[in-house]
Amino acid sequence: MWLEILAVIFNLRTLNAAIRMSTPIALAAMGGAFSERAGVINIGLEGMLLVGAFAGAVGSYATGSALLGTLLGVAAGAATAAVFSIFTVEFRANHVVAGVGINILALGLTTWLMQVVWRTRGISPAVARVQSIRIPLISDIPVIGQVIGVQSPFVFVMIALIVGGWVLLFRTPLGLRIRMTGEHPEAADTLGINVRFIKHFSVILGGALCGFGGAYLSIGNIGRFSMGMSAGRGFMGLAANIFGQWNPIGGLGASMLFSYADAVQIRLQTMEIALPHQIIQMIPYLLTIVILAGGVVKSRPPAALGNHYRSGGGT
Amino acid sequence: MRAVELLDITKRFGTLTANKAVNLAVESGEVHCLLGENGAGKTTLMKILFGLYQADSGSIRVNERPVTIRRPDDAIGLGIGMVHQHFMLVPRLTVTENVIAGSEVSRHGFLDMNTAVEDIAKLAERYRLRVAPRARVEDISVGQQQRVEILKALYRKADFLILDEPTAVLTPQETDDLFEIIRRLKNDGKTVVFITHKLRETMAISDRVTVLRDGAVVDTLNTAETSPAELARRMVGRDVLLRVERPPSEVGAPLLEVRDLSVASRYGTAVESISFSVRAGEILGIAGVEGNGQLELEEAIVGLRRLSSGTMTVRAKELGTGPDARREVGMAHIPSDRLRRGVVPDFSVAWNLILGSQWRSPFSRRGAFSRKQINEYAERVVAQYGIRCGSIDAPVRSLSGGNQQKLVVARELSRKPDVVIACQPTRGVDVGAIEYIHNQLLAMRASGKAILLISAELDEVRALSDRILVMYEGKIVAERSCDAAESELGLLMAGHQAEAG
Ligand SMILES: Nc1ncnc2c1ncn2[C@@H]1O[C@H](COP(=O)(O)OP(=O)(O)OP(=O)(O)O)[C@@H](O)[C@H]1O
Ligand SMILES: [Mg+2]
Repeated sequence: MWLEILAVIFNLRTLNAAIRMSTPIALAAMGGAFSERAGVINIGLEGMLLVGAFAGAVGSYATGSALLGTLLGVAAGAATAAVFSIFTVEFRANHVVAGVGINILALGLTTWLMQVVWRTRGISPAVARVQSIRIPLISDIPVIGQVIGVQSPFVFVMIALIVGGWVLLFRTPLGLRIRMTGEHPEAADTLGINVRFIKHFSVILGGALCGFGGAYLSIGNIGRFSMGMSAGRGFMGLAANIFGQWNPIGGLGASMLFSYADAVQIRLQTMEIALPHQIIQMIPYLLTIVILAGGVVKSRPPAALGNHYRSGGGT
Repeated sequence: MRAVELLDITKRFGTLTANKAVNLAVESGEVHCLLGENGAGKTTLMKILFGLYQADSGSIRVNERPVTIRRPDDAIGLGIGMVHQHFMLVPRLTVTENVIAGSEVSRHGFLDMNTAVEDIAKLAERYRLRVAPRARVEDISVGQQQRVEILKALYRKADFLILDEPTAVLTPQETDDLFEIIRRLKNDGKTVVFITHKLRETMAISDRVTVLRDGAVVDTLNTAETSPAELARRMVGRDVLLRVERPPSEVGAPLLEVRDLSVASRYGTAVESISFSVRAGEILGIAGVEGNGQLELEEAIVGLRRLSSGTMTVRAKELGTGPDARREVGMAHIPSDRLRRGVVPDFSVAWNLILGSQWRSPFSRRGAFSRKQINEYAERVVAQYGIRCGSIDAPVRSLSGGNQQKLVVARELSRKPDVVIACQPTRGVDVGAIEYIHNQLLAMRASGKAILLISAELDEVRALSDRILVMYEGKIVAERSCDAAESELGLLMAGHQAEAG
């Protein structure tokens, strides 16, 4: 039996599944990275993911086009983030409280709108979805082909976004301004950097990324929306972001690790193992806790994370 | 030509008027000192010029043209640069990143770090501001951090530079270097406003001085035609003794004894087998350039840091662990880092004044605070020590630096301690407050207390101490009496053991 377990763990199909499953988590993690690098704690990732999933499904349902659905998901994620950033940056609400508010709002709103749109509570009818694609040459290469040869386009776009996000954050003037704002907003202000703009921009960009990740959940794979379908992935993204040191690529790595544990867990459940399913299902979460709380990585958040700053002497 | 004119500037914070109809004219190419007590409104005035605060009324002219400055980028656009009292640097970013942020060099939309590093190296070379452009700010010394701040302004092509108390955190050597830099800037045609409350520096570097008191301009003088005593009088509004009298005192038995004390730090041994004793009625000064183990010594003595070896006794009794054991035996501590160790900035003046005694009678009874007792006590101490604050309910954050320091001194000395550990007790405070704090320490001495004074200010150590120990690289390298020459002590502090001894 140990051999079988090992075979599940070291299995290309498990890896293929892990990459697929990491997509929304890694996108949420990058959303968190942008938001938090600009100094705004973002607990609302979960809600933004959920809104993105819902809007993606509605868009796809209404237009019959999964592409338009995806765009609507992105826009809805950004809009949710805009609400969040107005509360936190303009009205200087406590970030954590506002984030929890966004999550509750997202769950309530999507559940209610589901009844309005589809007159159902649990799960939506099937809508147009984005089909997986087979990359001609790559899918023929032995190992790599099995891992990424056939994947959803979302996966490829996600990887491109992660790389692009890393470049934006660490290699462009705007990225430097974002990092400085989260570390020391007053210093940024004295350098003529528009702190408010940077915060709004980063939070809303983060929301758009979550919206995209959410759209993947509903129309990137199964082609349906179900109530509360983000199912904690936004929180996993939050953890992956911290584990990944507020770096999109680090966040992707952490998301892959979590998803890998998840993929192994799913496969183990189908096997005859003398352990309750509930224990096996805990594996990815235990891993998260051990990594974050057990001090496996020393994290150093942006210095002004969670602070409010107002130019002009008010505090 | 007038580089900058401030006309009738008034600024209020709530009920407090920080600047009252201030008029200030700075000639192009001069070094203009802004002198004033803590809380006189120097920083506020310059923050208005830099666009960080908005004046409630008044106007600004730059190069003889009226301007409006709403945000720092307006000021930057007018060629104004400011080096802030509390540095505006991001520790985990590099020197270059800190300098260029907001005015980045980019190529095809990407940061061009190599060009930026070169530009900064060139600029640094020109004004001899020695820094490593690729070093992280958290890894460089305070003196270097200040050069980074100056570079930030110069990089933005500032020709009007505001330096807000630049020397408060510098060692004497670094101060000399800074003055060299200022002279070079002046030769290059730049205008400098230099904020300080150190009279010696004002005399040494400035062409003209404007004295502020209680938010209003007292006078603008030509430096060459004035004297430190006159400046002090205008600043404080009365005659100030620039050097306190230290009458002979009765020295009694040793109260604090430290034997073979060693302290480890992250980088190795910070304090290496130090022994000394402080007797009743005596001030023992420890002189040394900052960073030679004084902080670790301070923390070890007051129980915030573990000893590697050695013993400490108060009245021949071994001390327990932790700060509270010290407080029990009558030790008071004026910490060198007042914002981190001395006060809780968001707590009120009253709360801060009882910190450490909050659960003792009369402040609390049967586990509950007695508001009445606390407020009465706070009012009394505030009046007695002349702490300037809106009210005893104001958060300590809103007090000027000097008044925060007075508050710490007031709290610690009001405990009626037998042993006082005073660390950098007058850092960043004005002459009036220095005189006051020095007199308080001397009064403690006269009443038979033992005082350990750890300070990087040589003047202070020499004026107050009965005996002076010089600390260098974690060791006591010399003991001198109070009349040791300044030059000799200076050499010892710099590590020139053989030549000096
Ligand atoms: N943001 C603020 N909110 C409220 N009060 C303030 C604020 N900034 C300054 N003050 C008050 O305004 C007065 C002037 O402060 P300012 O910092 O200009 O003094 P300063 O002359 O620079 O003193 P120091 O030498 O201690 O730096 C002080 O009484 C201070 O408490
Ligand atoms: Mg000031």
